[in-house]
Amino acid sequence: MRVVRDLAGLAGETEAARSEAAAAFGDPTVFCERYVEQGRHIEVQVLADNHGTMWAVGDRDCSIQRRHQKIIEEAPAPGIGAAARERLHDAARRLAGALGYSGAGTVEFLLDADGTFSFLEMNTRLQVEHPVTECVTGLDLVEWQLRIAEGAALPDEPPAARGHAIEARIYAEDPERDWRPQSGDIAAFDVPDRVAEHTNPAGYGVRVDSGVEPGTAVGTDYDPMLAKVIAWGRDRPDAARRLAAALAGARLHGPGSNRDLLVRVLRHPAFVAGGVHTGFLAEHWADGLARPLAAGPAERLSALAAALAEAAGNRERAPVLSSLPPGWRNLPSQPQYKRYRTARGEELEVGYRTTRAGPVPATGEDVRVHRVRPDEVHLEVDGVRRTFAVARYSGPLTCVDSALGAVALTPLPRFADPEAYVAPGSVLAPMPGTVARVAAASGDRVRAGQALMWLEAMKMEHPITAPAAGVVTEVAARAGQRVDSGAVLAVVEEEN
Amino acid sequence: MTVLRSRLDTASPQFAAGREAMLAKLAEIGAEHEKALAGGGPGYVDRHRSRGKLLARERIELLLDPDSPFLELSPLAAWGSDYPVGASVVTGVGVVEGTECVVVANDPTVRGGATNPWSGKKTLRALEIAEQNRMPLINLVESGGADLPSQKEIFIPGGRLFRDLTRFSAAGIPTLALVFGNSTAGGAYVPGMCDHVVMIRERSKVFLGGPPLVKVATGEESDDESLGGAEMHARVSGLADHLAEDEHDAIRIGRRIVARLNRRKAGPAPAAVAEPAYDAEELLGVVPSDLKSPFDPREVITRVVDGSDLDEFKPGYGTSLVTGWARLHGYPVGLLANAQGVLFSEESQKAAQFIQLANRADTPLVFLHNTTGYMVGRDYEQGGIIKHGSMMINAVSNSRVPHLSVLLGASYGAGHYGMCGRAYDPRFLFAWPSARSAVMGAEQLAGVLSIVARESAAAKGRDYSEEEDAAMREMVRNQIEAESLPLFLSGRVYDDGVIDPRDTRTVLGFCLSAVHNAPVRGTDGFGVFRT
Repeated sequence: MRVVRDLAGLAGETEAARSEAAAAFGDPTVFCERYVEQGRHIEVQVLADNHGTMWAVGDRDCSIQRRHQKIIEEAPAPGIGAAARERLHDAARRLAGALGYSGAGTVEFLLDADGTFSFLEMNTRLQVEHPVTECVTGLDLVEWQLRIAEGAALPDEPPAARGHAIEARIYAEDPERDWRPQSGDIAAFDVPDRVAEHTNPAGYGVRVDSGVEPGTAVGTDYDPMLAKVIAWGRDRPDAARRLAAALAGARLHGPGSNRDLLVRVLRHPAFVAGGVHTGFLAEHWADGLARPLAAGPAERLSALAAALAEAAGNRERAPVLSSLPPGWRNLPSQPQYKRYRTARGEELEVGYRTTRAGPVPATGEDVRVHRVRPDEVHLEVDGVRRTFAVARYSGPLTCVDSALGAVALTPLPRFADPEAYVAPGSVLAPMPGTVARVAAASGDRVRAGQALMWLEAMKMEHPITAPAAGVVTEVAARAGQRVDSGAVLAVVEEEN
Repeated sequence: MTVLRSRLDTASPQFAAGREAMLAKLAEIGAEHEKALAGGGPGYVDRHRSRGKLLARERIELLLDPDSPFLELSPLAAWGSDYPVGASVVTGVGVVEGTECVVVANDPTVRGGATNPWSGKKTLRALEIAEQNRMPLINLVESGGADLPSQKEIFIPGGRLFRDLTRFSAAGIPTLALVFGNSTAGGAYVPGMCDHVVMIRERSKVFLGGPPLVKVATGEESDDESLGGAEMHARVSGLADHLAEDEHDAIRIGRRIVARLNRRKAGPAPAAVAEPAYDAEELLGVVPSDLKSPFDPREVITRVVDGSDLDEFKPGYGTSLVTGWARLHGYPVGLLANAQGVLFSEESQKAAQFIQLANRADTPLVFLHNTTGYMVGRDYEQGGIIKHGSMMINAVSNSRVPHLSVLLGASYGAGHYGMCGRAYDPRFLFAWPSARSAVMGAEQLAGVLSIVARESAAAKGRDYSEEEDAAMREMVRNQIEAESLPLFLSGRVYDDGVIDPRDTRTVLGFCLSAVHNAPVRGTDGFGVFRT
């Protein structure tokens, strides 16, 4: 895609684009379209029966996108005047009418900052974001699709919209690392705030549409969407608040997700003010949208809670002396330490000492320990008593949920597994996938960052690069080979 | 359920004074413990670390199950001697792969981990605990061998170590040696005698004679690695069963060995545990600052036993000894605790009967000492105090259920014996900082010596100098007082350690669990009771 800002450049740029297209796809055809700098993705839900009734059942804003995929959608679209809304609805109705369309469909528009809109495409199906329309209208669009097919007639007018609904899509992906897909088994999936599943809530509240449950394996062959969480509130701020709280309070254990990013967007002042557009993430990225909610001290406290809960669990399961205090010593010489790796790959070491008044942190955390159970720890932080829910899974994986944010930790073993030994300089697969092509051979001299091979996962090719300048001493994977996360792909011997 | 109500007035001046005195003594003991923990001091510790090695206690921490408790034994060994406090070895009971084990770890930061006479005593005591309670023994070896200047104190008694190791093996008590460094000359027999041996690549060194000695003896040129390296022992001599990559790996292998021992505890499992109804913190003020004032041991018992629940035996008879049944960390126990210091005929007979009952019921016994001994005087001698005291000592000596002793206060004279003092082989014996133990109180002993001297002078018709008498009494009193103190007694390994009163329940619970590794079975084979 090339952007032309000066008409004089049009011919040259078009030619360049044509040759690129010819080289890449063997077809030099290119489209010239008006470039909308800060556009909004607005769509109109239509529903038509076979008796001539054509509804525009309200509109949706789906501007918050990553990689041209929607992640937050809402109904009705905010900040659109009644006249503009009517023009959009009218255009949608006329388009679908001209087609003789029947059933549910969506007409998508690009709305420019100056209020002009352009037609994008029509989706002749129900869309992922249809629940927000269902919430505000009370309609069951799926039911209506079936009824229309059976020959039922729509009432003359669609129901009036009530309140505001926002949907967030939870994806198994890492926003901090270029939206890299995350895989693994779902250990827990629970949105405690939900009042309905796959159906409209009876009143304002949170609806969850999800196909995953504990035990579901999230692979790399399909779209990594785990669930849609929809909040319906009396107005937009209410819906945004409910949705952010429901997402922040969700127990999402297993593969990493974009949940924290969604919460940050929903709580971002620009979003709250209605300033949504397709470049929202890029514009506000520097505000740390991709940063985990629990970063820095919150992460450490979560790790401390994990260590204390683990200690309590170890005591409870101990075959002998289980009623003695954890880590008791008549001559204390050092704290009990535990190490964890965070989702970002950092190692955290936390420790506690056993005193007669209970465990106290030994690694500098300024907190008081109130209650320690294998699944729950209460810590007093800056005068506030906080509850940390700790869940431990084989894998191993420890998930800590608190008001400070969710933290996923990998407990590190005290002893290295001799079988897991890898040669220094080993290049490991960052995720499961298929080796697309291999560019390096044994004996090659490579630069740091040079691609050795490409790994295909989630319909994307990820370059596997040399960690340092050196000589390739081993290429352990061939093109077409499926590899698991952590598999040795190549070994590069570093040159001094 | 018979909850023992506390009558302790924690607001009283006596309580405050007792607490203050106890805290002062704890600070003193704590300072000595710090010396043991410091090992060879910062210089040697840094040097050891700079070689990429772990300290003795770090090795133990890695060996033990995460978050499990560890009871260190005899930390004050060698106190008051020419050798550093702690005696260059760390011993204790800990849990490895769910199995209670005795750990013996040389501290190489203290004179290279060389064994001095006190290290020997401390190590043999740890071995005794492993043997009596049938717990696997894990040696973490890194020792320069015997401290040669004191070889005369070590060589002959020290040989017992190797004999014990192989006898343990014969008795089905597993023995492990994880060799972290030097284990040469006599020390080479530690791995030699153990069931399981782990050596570390380029670290372990196990030979009878090093290159210089070999050169002198036979003229052969050799090097450490070919004489006793880990690789050689794992591939050539067969002395090592496992070759570890580093210290962590050796400890990992050691844990795997214990996991495969398939140990089952021979004693019954504990019942559900209930915490005492009273705060252990209050134990600090139970013992009066002056041991001459008696205190009610029920105030200790109610803060130590499960649910503060005690069923007293013969509460109205022989009232200066409290006896009763309780549970401690889920284990049934019979308790004997001195109440008024002196043991009379009734107390002795009551104790003898109680100990027999405990043996019938296979119930372990806990002795809480605060006794000045058996009563003296014409009436008591004529009333048969020797007979009755002997009954009690007979019962204690022949009892086969596990005994645990804690010296709370005084433990003097034959009373110390009757209450299962060290010579009566309690499985574990600990002292509170307030304890005193000797043939009699320092004051009494000085007084007795004074009377004897005065009578001797009179018999010989000599003058008796009151001034000299006062000086003599003062000197004797000071010496006996100093030698009755827990630091002194613990330094000589006459107990297994001095404990904080607040830890009493935890320590006893630990010991009860440890003793249940061996069968808990009483006897009816007592000596003839002179009734």
